[in-house]
Amino acid sequence: MDLAYYPGCTLKTRAKNFESSAIAVMSALGVNLVELPRWNCCGTVYSLAEDDLIHHVAAVRNLIRVKEQGKNKVVTLCAFCYNTLKRANLVMKDSPDKRFAINNFMNEEPDYAGEVETVHLLQVLRDDVGWERIARNVKHPLKDLKIAGYYGCTLLRPQSAAIDSVERPRVLQDLIKTLGASAVEFPFATECCGAYQVVDNRDIVAERTAAILSSARKNGAEVIAVSCPLCEYNLRQTQRQHTVPMPVLYFTQLMVIAFGLDAIVGGFDENSLETRAWLKGKGLIP
Amino acid sequence: MNEEFVKRALVIGGGIAGIQAALDIADAGYEVILVERSPSIGGHMVQYAEVFPTLDCPQCIMTPRMVEIAQHQNVRLMTYAEVQKVTGSAGNFRVEIIQKARKVDMKKCTGCGTCWQKCPEKVVSEFNAGVAKRTAVYIPFPQAVPAKPVIDTEHCRYTHYQEYMAGKKEGKKPPECRICEKLCPVDAIDWDQKDEIIYEKVGAIVVATGFDLMPMANIPEYAADPDILNGIQFERLLSPGGPTAGVVTRPSDGKIPKEVVFVSCCGSRDPEHGVPYCSRVCCMYLAKQALLYKHAVPDGQAYIFYIDTRSTGKGYEEFIQRVVGEGVLYLRGKVSKIFRDGEKLRVYGADTLSGKRVEIAADMVVLGMAVMPSEGTKELLKKLGVSAGETGFVLESHTKFRPLETSVEGIFVAGMAQGPKDIPDSVAQGSASAARVLTLFAQGSRSQKESVRV
Repeated sequence: MDLAYYPGCTLKTRAKNFESSAIAVMSALGVNLVELPRWNCCGTVYSLAEDDLIHHVAAVRNLIRVKEQGKNKVVTLCAFCYNTLKRANLVMKDSPDKRFAINNFMNEEPDYAGEVETVHLLQVLRDDVGWERIARNVKHPLKDLKIAGYYGCTLLRPQSAAIDSVERPRVLQDLIKTLGASAVEFPFATECCGAYQVVDNRDIVAERTAAILSSARKNGAEVIAVSCPLCEYNLRQTQRQHTVPMPVLYFTQLMVIAFGLDAIVGGFDENSLETRAWLKGKGLIP
Repeated sequence: MNEEFVKRALVIGGGIAGIQAALDIADAGYEVILVERSPSIGGHMVQYAEVFPTLDCPQCIMTPRMVEIAQHQNVRLMTYAEVQKVTGSAGNFRVEIIQKARKVDMKKCTGCGTCWQKCPEKVVSEFNAGVAKRTAVYIPFPQAVPAKPVIDTEHCRYTHYQEYMAGKKEGKKPPECRICEKLCPVDAIDWDQKDEIIYEKVGAIVVATGFDLMPMANIPEYAADPDILNGIQFERLLSPGGPTAGVVTRPSDGKIPKEVVFVSCCGSRDPEHGVPYCSRVCCMYLAKQALLYKHAVPDGQAYIFYIDTRSTGKGYEEFIQRVVGEGVLYLRGKVSKIFRDGEKLRVYGADTLSGKRVEIAADMVVLGMAVMPSEGTKELLKKLGVSAGETGFVLESHTKFRPLETSVEGIFVAGMAQGPKDIPDSVAQGSASAARVLTLFAQGSRSQKESVRV
């Protein structure tokens, strides 16, 4: 199965390990992530200002690129890109006036009316691949690992863009269990990590991540699985200010380990020293 | 041709509204069949600790009414029964009522209590809203009317044994038990009793089917936790006749909670999570519960989160002021999250008057869950042909001038079945619907009735 894949900037810079691990595990599952030609920035943050239509243009251009490929569905790995593309598409689908204005502005592009569905990789795993098929690919079950799945906000908010129950999502826990590990439930799984506040107000983020990690640890987690490069960055970079380090991994990296794929595609070198040390200590990477 | 009306009424629902309607019709000299699906009449009101704003004891003021129902020569009480089918029209309804098998011979049973004291099977008590257990053969509460038990065949060990022997059940062989049968001094246990369908003719029907609370799971940002209770569960903990004899303790560890948070509008006024309407009783009962909690635990602190306090009944605002004066802390804002943190429940909220975030480490939380039409209302209304509004409550013919009439002539509504309301309003509607029934009976026959129809 071929799927149109929108990487976004971070996957090509700070989160290469997320991309390489995702492409490898999906290929093991028989799904080719076909990168879009000519993609551009997603717009990064969905603008909440009602009349700030110019902010949606970047996202809409990407959706038009998908449509040009003859596809009606695009998958993202980055939770922020997912959120921006998904919500921009809702604008194009549901608001005729805004659709008209945006189409009018981009007069070099063909008209677009919200035909492309944006999905996150977790949705593909759950809805298209299915837990059973994933379980069949698990060669080294992550036995005895206690993993907290951390969602952050952009996969779940607002409700119109949520990939799962907004307040009590299951998809990460279900994946973690499918990989043979035990999924830790903790009340901060859907709290915001502080997101872009890290640029100019690092303390806010440090406070948030300390709360998230200590809650995960209190509930028995030894490692945290994330689905968003910004969450990963924030949890990795700010945690030392407040807490004992906790390993942070993308869920796709856990799949690389469980599927017994070459550690190189896992890109573990880009994780923190502590995470690597922990993985080695557990004998999970060479 | 004049079609003579059947001057007998059917009241569906044995809560306070149905009881009031039934007694008024019966006192006027007409026969009433009161059908209640649970094993006893009393409804929700008998579950409460003390009722606002006068703080009187509902058991004390209600049990005489319940006994009156049981003893009234014009009332035929059918508990553990449900209306199955209704045909006909005003003045001449044909009704099918299913009397569920009690497995207890009501004529022989003396209500001595031996069976339910000795029954080994413990089941979640509906009357105690899940905060206590009952036995499989049971009366729901000590003042139940009738004070004779039913056997809950879903949980009875002997029923399971019989099903197993008949090959209808897999697994381990259940014990034969039959302890109730062995110990009953008057041989009242009757395993052969079957559900029975009873056919009746009535001229008018009052729907008084009441309410249920919205499930707490509707608000997923509040954790599922034994120390997070709904309003009725907390009433049971406050009630002197409740499972803790009125001592407020945490279900998780039996400790006395020192910080209790009450949350208003849980699912009400909140189309995202539940329903758009105001449940009308929560402001008052949460205030009352906070006050009763303060009386039970004088060194405890009660907090009430509210959107705005709706105290519009007689004596209600005075009551709220009394509660505030007794040290209950009101915080205007909503609660965004509740989760377990070791011994405590963390409550994240907002105080919009000071503009600050509030975080409370609570021992117990009480959620003022939205009231909704009682379970099964939709199905019953379908059988009656009666329309419901968007929110599931019975739709009245005219909100102002025909508030008790439903979309079917001769079928009236009273109490919470029509919409959220407090006890005085429910009783008033009970009486008012009885008056409508009596008006219909006074008209006597169809042609006369049509000539006076408004």
